[in-house]
Amino acid sequence: MSTMTETGTMHVYEVFIKAPRETVWDALTSPAWATKYGYQCPLEIDLRPGGSYKQLPSDGMKAGGWQGDVVVSGDVLQVEKPSKLVQTFQSHFGGEVDAEGPTRVTFELSEYGPGVTKLRVLHEVENAPLTLVMVTSSEPGMGGGWSWILNDLKSVVETGATLAG
Amino acid sequence: MDDDDRIFKALADPTRRYLLDRLFERDGRTLTELESELEMTRFGVMKHLRVLEDAGLVVTRREGREKLHHLNPVPIRLVHDRWIDKYTEHRVAALVNLKNELEETA
Repeated sequence: MSTMTETGTMHVYEVFIKAPRETVWDALTSPAWATKYGYQCPLEIDLRPGGSYKQLPSDGMKAGGWQGDVVVSGDVLQVEKPSKLVQTFQSHFGGEVDAEGPTRVTFELSEYGPGVTKLRVLHEVENAPLTLVMVTSSEPGMGGGWSWILNDLKSVVETGATLAG
Repeated sequence: MDDDDRIFKALADPTRRYLLDRLFERDGRTLTELESELEMTRFGVMKHLRVLEDAGLVVTRREGREKLHHLNPVPIRLVHDRWIDKYTEHRVAALVNLKNELEETA
């Protein structure tokens, strides 16, 4: 369980999606969905507690000169389909952010109304300030982080179209 | 009112922007903490937080006996993408540049 005691290290991202929880769950966990929204990174995942996952560089990232085989990786800690998924998050961007080590991400999916899912992402970033900057994209030109991923997930699930023009 | 209306209305008030700034500085705060930074009654702060919650800009969660308020950046990002930055940002390029910069400074 979470050992967080201090405030300020848990960050919360929330979005409402007009789709059943099972659809949102699939969008979060299946390789078929992974390349359709957000950073469109191919996903390899062993979706069970004790399993692991890897996000691989997209074609666009490789074409743009991305070096390395992995973008983000982590362990799968908890799987309660379709309501809760807990994973670790390890950057492979290089440099000091990688050295901060894995942080913990919890996805909570709740039924907000008929056919409407409230998706909440809790990212615990204790002792990982650079990871926080990365996933919140709080510096200019960083691509949007969780907010971009979740908004685009919403768009793709609801309309079939990515927000990326 | 649609979602954008709620967001712009919530952002139109200086007290509410101040509350968002405080949460941006340090996230996950109680009403009592937020109240201590404003010359305003507890009821007044609650009303402003309610508007922010209705707009989805603030979300709450319980930890033990405490109700913690968090800044939810997702709706602001959506407004940003839709109205401000739709044609200027190239996300894939942004990620690659970020990686290159991180590796150069490593």
